[in-house]
Amino acid sequence: MAALLETRGLTAFYGDFQALYGIDSALQAGETVAIIGANGAGKSTYLKSIAGLIRGKADSVWFDGAPIGATAAAEIMKRGITLVPEGRRLFPSLTVEENLLIGRYGRNAPGPWSLDGIYALFPVLKARRRAASTTLSGGEQQMAAIGRALISNPRVLLCDEISLGLAPIVVRALYDALPRIKSTGTSIILVEQDIVQAIKVSDRIYCFQEGRLSLSGRPDELSRDQIHLAYFGS
Amino acid sequence: MADLTPTATVPASFRIERKTGASAAVAIAVWLIVAALAALPVFAGRDLVEELIFVFYMLALAQCWNLLAGYAGLVSVGQQAFVGLGGYLLFALTIMAGLDPLVAIVLAGAIAAVFAVPTALILFRLRGAYFAIGSWVVAEVYRLVLAQFKQLGGGTGTSLGPDITNAVFAIDWIKSLLDVRTPAARDIVSYWVAGALAVGTIWLIRLILRSRLGLALGAIRDSEDAAESVGVDNLRVKLAVYIVIAAATGMIGALIYLQKARISPDAAFSVLDWTAYIIVIVVIGGIGTIEGPILGTIVFYLMQRYLASFGAWYLILLGALAIAVMLFAPKGLWGYLSERYGLVLFPIRRRLASENHA
Amino acid sequence: MIVWVDALIEGILLGGLYALFAAGLSLIFGIMRLVNLAHGDLIVLAAFVILTVAAWLGLDPFAATLAALPMMFVAGFALQYLLLDRTLGRDLLPPLLVTFGLSIIIENGLLEIFSADSRRLHAGAIETASILISRDISIGVAPLIVLGSAVAVILGLNLVFYRTALGRAFRATSDDLEIAQLMGIDHPRIFSVAMGLAFVVVTIAALYLGMRANFDPTIGPGRLLYAFEAVIVGGLGSFWGTLAGGVIIGVAQTVGAQINPEWQILAGHVAFLVVLVLRPRGLFPRAID
Repeated sequence: MAALLETRGLTAFYGDFQALYGIDSALQAGETVAIIGANGAGKSTYLKSIAGLIRGKADSVWFDGAPIGATAAAEIMKRGITLVPEGRRLFPSLTVEENLLIGRYGRNAPGPWSLDGIYALFPVLKARRRAASTTLSGGEQQMAAIGRALISNPRVLLCDEISLGLAPIVVRALYDALPRIKSTGTSIILVEQDIVQAIKVSDRIYCFQEGRLSLSGRPDELSRDQIHLAYFGS
Repeated sequence: MADLTPTATVPASFRIERKTGASAAVAIAVWLIVAALAALPVFAGRDLVEELIFVFYMLALAQCWNLLAGYAGLVSVGQQAFVGLGGYLLFALTIMAGLDPLVAIVLAGAIAAVFAVPTALILFRLRGAYFAIGSWVVAEVYRLVLAQFKQLGGGTGTSLGPDITNAVFAIDWIKSLLDVRTPAARDIVSYWVAGALAVGTIWLIRLILRSRLGLALGAIRDSEDAAESVGVDNLRVKLAVYIVIAAATGMIGALIYLQKARISPDAAFSVLDWTAYIIVIVVIGGIGTIEGPILGTIVFYLMQRYLASFGAWYLILLGALAIAVMLFAPKGLWGYLSERYGLVLFPIRRRLASENHA
Repeated sequence: MIVWVDALIEGILLGGLYALFAAGLSLIFGIMRLVNLAHGDLIVLAAFVILTVAAWLGLDPFAATLAALPMMFVAGFALQYLLLDRTLGRDLLPPLLVTFGLSIIIENGLLEIFSADSRRLHAGAIETASILISRDISIGVAPLIVLGSAVAVILGLNLVFYRTALGRAFRATSDDLEIAQLMGIDHPRIFSVAMGLAFVVVTIAALYLGMRANFDPTIGPGRLLYAFEAVIVGGLGSFWGTLAGGVIIGVAQTVGAQINPEWQILAGHVAFLVVLVLRPRGLFPRAID
């Protein structure tokens, strides 16, 4: 079965610095894939390349059978791939509700994730819907950022380090929401430093090390030592 | 315990170098050119002398604007404030205080510097493009205020009488030395003063850029926040540069209006003459280098000489040229040449050279 | 005493005109941090467009303005899409110098086409009609319409900004250009829509500029300065602030003129500088800079 989203020999540069060295990966429809690896391994770069914030060769990323490696971010969003960016990055001039609504500016596809659907997933957002987004706590902001990426009913949801800077109890609450997102058929790629949470929710894991894929497989097939080696190197 | 002494050879000392091979030869050539230009009035006709006066003061103004905008990040669209102020100070000091015009020029620079202090303190509350427009507002205030002075001609302006223009220092000496009449002698004095101002501003700017102040400017240009974090006092640096440039611009304005011998508020504070043309010169020549404005002034002079008769079309061309250069060759003519051929005539960049070469 | 009340009222009404001049500038700066040095010249250009349309189609200025609005929207869209969008970025100089060059081109282009003669938009009886408020004070109907239009435009802009999806997109883009893309917002297009909108506001301002007094190709820079002063005095990021700023500059000018007619413009500039010294961020700032 052809993968929904694929990267083939994906490379990325920041000026002269090479961040990714030919990544081959695939995401099947309905799957949840976790990307783990140390800081600077290229995980965020990988997501940004798929989302179109970093543009490369057209045939390095394929979505639904079409090459999107050189496509602009706004266009990629319209095709149904959304990104929850690292650091949340809500819009400070917009209220909580407006931040959610702007998520479907470019594309308003039918699906379970209406405004009410998001509020059902994260009730605290409904209570604070008219507040300035800057007054939310870290965890609430993360919920809003996820909601903003969901409201367009994307086919693929990319999550960049959603646990970053949050207390464990908040992280657990976020990850409890993921299975519900998954159950509606959304495919998910999540980049995570918290390996425990990543393994719990994912169907498959990729490990990045210094811009290269060092390990891939299903969580139940991989041993701790394998993961440790792939994460840190020799 | 492992042996932690470094095994690679560490150079015993470092030197900061700026010279390039070409620059020494260029320095000699530059001094030869300056000497030739200084001697020029002996041979040349009055027309050429007058043309060169224009070139010299436009070059000086361009260098000043370039330091402000290209290095200190202070993009001013209001430098005409100090040109006009300098001009009016010249008239006031000679007509009302009876000073010799050359003394008045220097004094005009000093007084302009004094005015620059409160001006800067108000203007620095604005940033970026707002600073630019604010500087324009300030120039308008100078214009409107000076137009109130009836003693200096009010809104219509006034002229310098021959009692002043003929009494400029050294005119008699030149008349006898070169056997010319008074108006020509006056032009020659203006020529030397303009030349001195042009050379002086270039020399001053080169001095600043090679000093610690220049390092601070470079840092501010790249990132104001980063500069602050390494201890650069942004406000003081910008203030210093603004005041120095105001003084230079004031002196240049005084010289310009000594030579023209007639002043009016609209002319002295003209945005077109003292800002628009200057910006075109620097943009075409190349912002942020000393060589750029020199090249730009030459190009501008040629355009002015052969195309100015086309009136509004000429100005449309200048505007279009400035836009085109900004979009397609933002480093200007000199920037393009310098990158293509690796030329540097006035070396400013510092290189680290060590005693032992690896 | 009466003369001062008169001057005050006149200043408030004049402030309406200045607020209209400023609204377009405020809009563009708020969304894309672009300060358009050609803004004043664009107002003058729009006035000439209205003049030309009125002459060709035999319309009165109000109808001609209505007819000109779509054309000006497209012109603004095109200007941003084709030219100004390329200048945006972190560097300060390109947008400043390109719009400065544009200013020179527009002014001299207008001089070539229309000559330096003074023009006027004639609106008929409205120009001289007035309402008597009290025994000694009357208000011109035309200036009242201008103030009313200014309020209406600002209400409209606020409506767009805070109650429409487009306005949300404007605010999001000005907050964070990179993340706005992730929302499917194509920034060249949205900036071009904003510029088109600004051109519409500029055209409305031009109508009243031309009705109120004579205009010619060289008065652009003056209008830019008044608009700019109104925006700064009012405070960045607030449209109502821009209205307040316009009124303050207008009142400063008329009161100054009352003291000495030669001091009108100077008084406005001085008021601006005073506010700048005392409250550098303006009186009602809103923008998160």
